[in-house]
Amino acid sequence: MTLFLEQLLNGLQFGVMLFLLAAGLTLIFGIMGVINLAHGSIYMVGAYAGTWVAMQTGSFFLGIPAALAAAALVGAAIEFLIVRRLYKRDHLDQVLATFALILIFNQVVTLLFGRQPLFVSIPPLLDGSVQLLPGLPYPVYRLAIIVVGLLIAVGLYLLINKTRIGMLVRAGSTNREMVRALGVDVRVLYTIVFGLGALLAGLAGMMAGPILAVQVGMGEQILITTFVVVVIGGVGSIRGAFVASLLLGVVDTMLRAYLPSMLRHVMVGPEADALGAGIASMGIYLLMALVLLIRPKGLFASNF
Amino acid sequence: MDNSIKKQILLAVVAVLLLALPFIASATGYPAMTSLATRALIYGIAAASLNLVLGYGGMVSFGHAAFFGLGGYVVGILYQHYTQDDLFLGLVPGTNQLLVTLPVTLIVCGAAAALIGALSLRTGGVQFIMITLAFAQMLFFLFVSLKTYGGDDGLIIRRTNELFGLKMRDKQTYYYVCLAITAVFFFLLWRLVNSRFGNVLTGLRQNARRMAALGLPAYRYKLVAFIISGMGAGLAGCLMANFLRFASPDMVHWTKSGELMVMVVLGGVGTLFGPLIGAAAYIVLESVLASWTEYWQLGLGFILLFVVLYTNGGIEALFGRLLGRRV
Repeated sequence: MTLFLEQLLNGLQFGVMLFLLAAGLTLIFGIMGVINLAHGSIYMVGAYAGTWVAMQTGSFFLGIPAALAAAALVGAAIEFLIVRRLYKRDHLDQVLATFALILIFNQVVTLLFGRQPLFVSIPPLLDGSVQLLPGLPYPVYRLAIIVVGLLIAVGLYLLINKTRIGMLVRAGSTNREMVRALGVDVRVLYTIVFGLGALLAGLAGMMAGPILAVQVGMGEQILITTFVVVVIGGVGSIRGAFVASLLLGVVDTMLRAYLPSMLRHVMVGPEADALGAGIASMGIYLLMALVLLIRPKGLFASNF
Repeated sequence: MDNSIKKQILLAVVAVLLLALPFIASATGYPAMTSLATRALIYGIAAASLNLVLGYGGMVSFGHAAFFGLGGYVVGILYQHYTQDDLFLGLVPGTNQLLVTLPVTLIVCGAAAALIGALSLRTGGVQFIMITLAFAQMLFFLFVSLKTYGGDDGLIIRRTNELFGLKMRDKQTYYYVCLAITAVFFFLLWRLVNSRFGNVLTGLRQNARRMAALGLPAYRYKLVAFIISGMGAGLAGCLMANFLRFASPDMVHWTKSGELMVMVVLGGVGTLFGPLIGAAAYIVLESVLASWTEYWQLGLGFILLFVVLYTNGGIEALFGRLLGRRV
């Protein structure tokens, strides 16, 4: 039972990380109609910038603003130089241009930091673990990620539902042309949304640093999972992204934790492990196929 | 009229050049050119297949590496069972005859495309892109987890499939086999895109609602196109596995789907020979850039970005404009 709870928390932690990426991605698609494959690259940039600063200064908490600044700057630059030209293009051009950006970012980061992954240790303040329940110790750092993720979810909810910018964002994702016709400067809105998405991606990258290796290619792995989240949640819906992130995080973690041992009952050890890991990796895609079969626009599709 | 004669002459010149290529290669002291050209032909088939759904049908599939890799694994798995002299799933004996593996590839990839297409085509737009990608990823992880068939490391095929007692291991012979198959493939594709079916497909891309109003079942047409396209990509995978004598999860990796799309766009979306030109350009670009620097993908990224943002219709359109200007 405690193991189950621990895996549930791990799933939640993975889920909120996914949410930080998916929130930006789903907004960018919902409002601008752009598929941004480079979102994973921004995550990587945040992770590298933050981790590098943390390694140089020895302070994890100095790394956070560095990660946020780098991600937001790179995001704004991408929007200004490339993505701005893609708003009117079809999906194919968007996919290919941002695919090109992935290649460029991966190579540039390799040139700057080499092929060796970077490691940063968990800051002392968040090191160690707490007893959540008797017999259930849990790492403080992962708990902190969950808390930060949930706080950001609440913040986004307030931003989208209670502020003027949020109102424009909602209006933009419902009917882009009408917002423009009403005299809103959509270009500023687009840059703000893109920057916000980049900021969240950078934060996710920085927080992932101490638990995952910071390496080239880290962005693509999580990017594809994030796309699954966005599609399951319904493109353009923050609420959908939130529900789908937590769902996927938990499902993926549970499958990885329990499937190999279940398969070991019916076949030999190493083969069961390999096959179990494989099927666990396929799990989220199967889930997505299922959801799309029942609701082709996703669970919380906004109507556009 | 004038233009079509010009096109025919161009086609004839290209055909003669392709036939003479191995001799030119060995005469000029670049024997590696034959291998390069073989790869270009094979990727040309895959890219042209993708182009059928992407360019003509307007369905942006981000998962064609699934069929490419599946084709490769059909060859690999059948070969492994041939050497081990046992049965696949206890039912199917292995083989090393290209005349068997090729049709099997087409059937398997056609069936896979029917399944994936039937599910994916229920959606459209960005969801279609993502669900095709998801299916490809599923296959990728499946092959990675199949330890019996090499898992991560892939499947080595010690000998190329046999065909009429030809020396298939010989680079020149295999080049000509691929050239012949490519020629047949493009002839069929040419007939297909100029048929009523091809017109309906183009019509569906331009205005699905109008085609529906004409009483045409859009879903069925798209599905058939998707199946044919999957079979074409599988054919390319089968040839590639024979050429490399290796099938690996790399063939199913999502960047491979991206590469195929890049080839289509480099060459020209929705044109018959564009993808072939695009594949050749990509292969040449890759080998030239890679010989300069290990960071060749950086250059590729910038070129791709330039092509997408600033050219309108890729290399074939560039040619067309050059030809047009000369008239």
